[in-house]
Amino acid sequence: MSFYAAFGTVLLLLAITAPISLAFGFGGAMAARSAIAPLRWFGKLYIALVRGVPDIAFFLFFVIALDQGIEYLRHKIKCPDWDAPVRQGSDFLVCQAAKMPLGNSPQWVHEYYGFALAVVTFAIVFGAFAASVLYGAMKAVPRGQIETAEAYGMTSRQTFWRITVPQMWVYALPGLGNLWMVLIKATPLLFLLGVEDIVYWATELGASKTARFSDYPHPDWKMYYFLGLLVFYLAFTRLSEIVLANITRRLSTGQATAGGEALRKAKAAG
Amino acid sequence: MECWDTLAQYGLRSMGIGERLLPRSDFTLCQQVVLIGSGMIWNIYFGVLALVAGFALATLVAVGKAQANPLIRKPSEWFIFLFRGSPLFIQFFFGYFLFLSLKQTFPIFDPLASAWAGALVVLFLNTSAYTGEIFYGALMSVPKGDQEAASAYGLTGWRRFRRITWPTMLRLAWPAYTNEAIFLFHATVLVFFTGFPAIQQRGDALYYASYFADKTFNPFVPYPILAAYFILLTLVVIGIMGAVNRRLNRHLPQAAGRRPRLLPQIIR
Repeated sequence: MSFYAAFGTVLLLLAITAPISLAFGFGGAMAARSAIAPLRWFGKLYIALVRGVPDIAFFLFFVIALDQGIEYLRHKIKCPDWDAPVRQGSDFLVCQAAKMPLGNSPQWVHEYYGFALAVVTFAIVFGAFAASVLYGAMKAVPRGQIETAEAYGMTSRQTFWRITVPQMWVYALPGLGNLWMVLIKATPLLFLLGVEDIVYWATELGASKTARFSDYPHPDWKMYYFLGLLVFYLAFTRLSEIVLANITRRLSTGQATAGGEALRKAKAAG
Repeated sequence: MECWDTLAQYGLRSMGIGERLLPRSDFTLCQQVVLIGSGMIWNIYFGVLALVAGFALATLVAVGKAQANPLIRKPSEWFIFLFRGSPLFIQFFFGYFLFLSLKQTFPIFDPLASAWAGALVVLFLNTSAYTGEIFYGALMSVPKGDQEAASAYGLTGWRRFRRITWPTMLRLAWPAYTNEAIFLFHATVLVFFTGFPAIQQRGDALYYASYFADKTFNPFVPYPILAAYFILLTLVVIGIMGAVNRRLNRHLPQAAGRRPRLLPQIIR
């Protein structure tokens, strides 16, 4: 039963992470083209760093780093008169009240906290990918459009929100669609973050069972479980591909791009 | 001076040469740098071999997908769909357990159940599919004029492919292919986190980095070291691929846009 619920976990992660990382990406792209130099450097560093380092390393890093960061902050606030250092050799010690989640909280809080950490980690990593896509898309908006806006006396803020942002989506869509596929294919990495997802259950349930521990003894079935997962992901990405193709077609209608032009011609011919 | 000893002890640890036991306590910065660097040997091994072998298969797959004959086209399409549509992580798991059960019936598959061969096969097939799709896209964008010019010169069949179509395809695909190479190297860190066992703790860079992070409970040292190594590796890859790109485009007018046209960025 938990195995099927784990599919829900994956879908939930996707549903939550996608908008958050899009927001992260939007912020990153805005930072990267900011007029303030430090902010611009930060944005560009953010994009470049995630591109240069394997995402798995980020996943493993952020889950511990975020956890320790939160606990450290709470430790500073809640126990100001604690004088022992937080790092003692290979131990990370904070006072009891600063533990996150609290040691006495029920099991589901621990699980949700782990899941939330995973969501934030995914959002940080995929936000950087989204930032580079959106950054390119903002630059792809034709110069003439911006000039027209300036000629109408719009400020740069107005130009950005009224002209650039509405127009950039059609340029961003191929990249974002691709990113969505990458995101789907990154969900099994939840397993590495300690969330009990489908990979976890596949290894658990697939392992050979003897009659002593289980009502349904069977030999090692992991291969078949993973074959099932493979099929699940194939179906999911295929479905996404079809939906994305539809959206692209709809968004391209009436746009001054090659795609829009092809649609217009097809309509005129048919 | 002490660091030289560490280098001698652990420099080739990932290949099983040197000290048998990993450091257990009082980790120095030097030990972390050396061991994680030693693990990079595996990442480079997987990446380079999969890339080189994958290049050949990808060309075949791309040409196959462009054929009119469904007997050739369909297998290529399915191959690309299968490996691009599913997560590499799951492919590793599935591949490992598949090789394990094959090994029980046919002893010939014995090496495939260990990382050095099994993971390499999975990575090779995976990158072939991704690269195949990139090459296919490039093959479709080879300018019609080039083909017509080739016909005018009387080039046909294999000679036309070898002299006109293939070089143009590579030229068009190269920027996207550079991306694929970078992400392939990044994908190599997954190997030891799936079923494939790190025998005698001979692991790759991420394996050692997470070992240190687990032992010290401090992620702020090993992961930045790993990141630095990978950024270095990425820069080397970009440098080499850029040099090849310049060579591929050396006959084109240099002022007016060195690259023909950037393909839409395909990331994995």
